[in-house]
Amino acid sequence: MDAGTIEALIRAGLPDAEVEIDDVRGDGQHYAARVVSPQFRGLSRVEQHRLVFKALEGHIGQDIHALQLTTRSGDELSGE
Amino acid sequence: MTQYFEKNEVFDRIRQDIGENDIVLYMKGTAVFPQCGFSAAVVQILQNIGVPFKDIDVLSEPGLGQGIKDFTNWPTTPQLYVKGEFIGGCDIVRELYASGDLEGLLYQKGLLKD
Repeated sequence: MDAGTIEALIRAGLPDAEVEIDDVRGDGQHYAARVVSPQFRGLSRVEQHRLVFKALEGHIGQDIHALQLTTRSGDELSGE
Repeated sequence: MTQYFEKNEVFDRIRQDIGENDIVLYMKGTAVFPQCGFSAAVVQILQNIGVPFKDIDVLSEPGLGQGIKDFTNWPTTPQLYVKGEFIGGCDIVRELYASGDLEGLLYQKGLLKD
């Protein structure tokens, strides 16, 4: 699956998200994604990641072999 | 689905493992012979901290690989459980370790001796 499609799927699930996708090994299989969305506010990291996985339902472990995920709600002061 | 959920031996087995062991790592391969880089990374973190943990090779038992993903509602392994609670996969464990929150959590649960 290519980066553009992953980004589109995440945006479809989280319309207000800022999404950055990086094809980590250039093989179209191992991606890193950074997703910043106000919808993550107040959610644990696990819950934040679950929202992204929901948007990518059926693809993780299938046509996306590995996705290293970073999520932020966007109002963290220290960017943590 | 709930009916099936109750009778599923894999789920019962998982409940038992995470209930009886303080720290459980569902992974591909074993702590000694990890079969996946992400699993190996979490093993390394737990060994750096120096806490004992039970490694469970999801490749070794039919149905466990998919079973743990369904049980946790999490599409990948490795999966780290502490005191029966899902902590995260490789990304989150790495993040918690980097911020010191993983050791904080283990200490708070009485699993980290000074």
